[in-house]
Amino acid sequence: MAVNETFASLSDSGFQAALAGYVVALGCYAVEFASKRTTTVHTAERVPVGVGALTADGTPGGRPVVPTAGGNGIGLVTKEQRGLPWAERFGRAGFVVTVIALVANIFSMLMRGLATERMPLGNLYEFMSMICTVGTAALVVVIVRTNARTIGMFVMLPIALLAILSGTVLYVPAGELMASLNNYWLVIHVTAISISSGVLLFSGIASVLYLIRERGDRQGKVFQETSVWAKLPTTDALDRIAYRTAIIAFPVYTFAVVAGALWAEVAWGRYWGWDPKEIGAFMTWVVYACYLHARATAGWRGRRAAWISMLGFATVIFNLFFVNFVTTGLHSYA
Amino acid sequence: MSKRDVTHLHGDDPLDEVPAEVWKPARGQKVLAFLRNIWRQLTSMRVALVLLFLLALASLPGALLPQWSLNRVKTAQYILDHPTMGPILDDLGFFAVFGSPWYAAIYLLLFISLIGCLTPRTFEFIRQLRAVPVLTPRNLARMPHHEKVEASPGLPPVEVADRVEAGLRRWRKVRRSEGDTLTISAEKGYLREVGNLVFHISLVGILVAIAVGKLVGYEGNVVVRLGEDTCLTAASYDDFRPGLLIDGTELKPICVTVDSFDATYTDAGIATAFTIKFRYQLDEDLNTGNWRNGQVQINEPMRFDGERLYLLGHGFAPKFQVTYPNGEVRDYIQNFQPTDPMLLSEGAVKIPDPPVEGEKKQLALVGIFAPDTFVHAGILTSIFPAPNNPGVAIQVYQGDLGPSYSVYQVNQDQIDNGALADRGRANLLPGESMTIEDGTKITFTGYEQWVSLQVSYDPAQGFALIFAITMIAGLMLSLTIKRRRVWYRISPGADGARTVVEVGGLARTDQAGYGSEFSSMVALVPGAPGSTDVPAERADSFYAT
Repeated sequence: MAVNETFASLSDSGFQAALAGYVVALGCYAVEFASKRTTTVHTAERVPVGVGALTADGTPGGRPVVPTAGGNGIGLVTKEQRGLPWAERFGRAGFVVTVIALVANIFSMLMRGLATERMPLGNLYEFMSMICTVGTAALVVVIVRTNARTIGMFVMLPIALLAILSGTVLYVPAGELMASLNNYWLVIHVTAISISSGVLLFSGIASVLYLIRERGDRQGKVFQETSVWAKLPTTDALDRIAYRTAIIAFPVYTFAVVAGALWAEVAWGRYWGWDPKEIGAFMTWVVYACYLHARATAGWRGRRAAWISMLGFATVIFNLFFVNFVTTGLHSYA
Repeated sequence: MSKRDVTHLHGDDPLDEVPAEVWKPARGQKVLAFLRNIWRQLTSMRVALVLLFLLALASLPGALLPQWSLNRVKTAQYILDHPTMGPILDDLGFFAVFGSPWYAAIYLLLFISLIGCLTPRTFEFIRQLRAVPVLTPRNLARMPHHEKVEASPGLPPVEVADRVEAGLRRWRKVRRSEGDTLTISAEKGYLREVGNLVFHISLVGILVAIAVGKLVGYEGNVVVRLGEDTCLTAASYDDFRPGLLIDGTELKPICVTVDSFDATYTDAGIATAFTIKFRYQLDEDLNTGNWRNGQVQINEPMRFDGERLYLLGHGFAPKFQVTYPNGEVRDYIQNFQPTDPMLLSEGAVKIPDPPVEGEKKQLALVGIFAPDTFVHAGILTSIFPAPNNPGVAIQVYQGDLGPSYSVYQVNQDQIDNGALADRGRANLLPGESMTIEDGTKITFTGYEQWVSLQVSYDPAQGFALIFAITMIAGLMLSLTIKRRRVWYRISPGADGARTVVEVGGLARTDQAGYGSEFSSMVALVPGAPGSTDVPAERADSFYAT
């Protein structure tokens, strides 16, 4: 079975386009996030400005510069406003670029699948490409559903880094599968694990942002009025994003681990053998089980649950990177 | 001692309520109270969360440190490299994390906690299943969701109640009357708790299945050369890992002769398939002399009656012919260990009993074998994993072999202290030979292939799978089913006015999603906004929108 070079090179071009898109989107989101200006138009009547408060023109009676986030994470756009402020234009452009990059990444994976006539999940490059796709898709879905665009920068940053890593260090040309991977379990196990890992990473980022926002909120008014971090979605919104994505990913992850055990039974002679990757997966599973329980227990909701979720995030990263690049085990395929 | 357990003040579990009058500080009761308190702590969610966290934390060294069960050589090397910490960590079980007492303590406590929590919850759930939905609260306006609507004109409360009940199809519901006023209490989402219980009970099932497997299962590894007739018994395995209740005598012997090994490779030398074909005899065949045919591939083991046969690896065994100075000719073969993807393999042929001059003339042929030989600047490498052009590079030693630590290597100490003398090296293709100074002639005569096989036996693994499936099913139920309560208070309007319906809703899980769902509950009242039964005077506008 030969590799179709046309599809293979289309796939590479698609990935490069996606990589460029991720970087550009990251830049756009960063510009929007870093700008102090917000989209909400405040009138003197609605928000009384105290002496010494920041105003747009420096006079006490001027338009206040109060970074505020609406309940859904972005400021309210009022009809009085003429055109969009430049910062929000960047944000919107960032979202459009994100969608384009996502399409390019999906295209790249499809082309690689066609080029090699197999599931494009046969090596670390293809696996990481899938993780990028899933993380970006989660971001697009969440932004569409909740308008929480301010999280874009924080999701795009690791995705762009991961894409750069995949495109350079991990890149392997389209090729055939090694014997041990040439199996239908590859499709089932690796697809499920990459989808759930991607979504869990997204969930973890939401929890990290929750902790930042929650810490800021405890500082009270100073934070609300001066910090760019106050542009983050509210703690409630971030908590919901983290939880909803986690409860989608957790059953898929569980299924992926069970599918992995079934594969291990036909490949390695036992369904569970505490291979480093299996240990990592077990840790992730236990920590997320802990998170779901904490989230349902009085006294553990909120900050404590977010810390547990962050710990889960750390185990996913540990398992994706440390176990693959540092330890050697049965999962060392790259 | 406090009569109430602080960890249970939130009162999730009514069985933990302590009757106030039982307390008399007799000694026995004090002990009992102490034990009760421990039990309550153990079964509290806080302790369960801590134990879960500890379980994850305790697994970490298993991934970071080499483990005896996975790689003995690496673990031993690690301990040698860390002379201070190595032995201490070894004593503490850090190189056998998943068999260590502290790891077992964590998961056993966790499962006791789980069972202690599950049992009362199961009974509580059965009680709830039998109970009718709770009374309609007096003041529905205090519910998180509340609405007051008027029913379509001319509908008496009974008819409204009928319509509402008809709409509450998959809910558990009960109608009560408060004088002229009717109430309906309805609840749904019982399956969530079913899922919850199934999930957790399945976890216990998986643990039991794993435990049974570790008690009565076994694994054995053996390396056999093609054509070699081997009977796999506890004694014949190179590495035999029995369960705790297995001493090896109860194994059913399986005799195997591997006839062929086939590998296909891409041009780049990546193997895309391995297959062995073999003949085998199971216990009854040993008497009848009957042979059956079998085939095993990577990812496709052979399944006997409980035992499974796996192909785990393969390699080469170069063959040498040694002609001694006295004219005697002997043949040797030794399995070499693959070291790279192109199957460049290394090993040593050790000859402790040459037919001349005893110990001082012991021979060792330390070498590397290449299935597809490429020699550049005297260095032999392999450029393809298939045996297209086999060759060896050998280094000959002569003298005293000394004690042996590995079948693949000679004792380096003997070389360092001069007991083994260097007698030269050569790169040989099949048929080629080298002669050392005492006239001993060494000929590379070819190679054979070996395969590494594993037999696994775990009678409980099917149960582990069943519990894994029920676990996932339970998890899906418990995460997707939502628990909802809704109440309707249907009162007759004053003097022939419309019937008034008050609706209250309580989301017992996932509050955020109840809003629109509650609206549809309100819409069950005929004549309410959004209901299909639109009052006559509003019909036009309804269709217009």
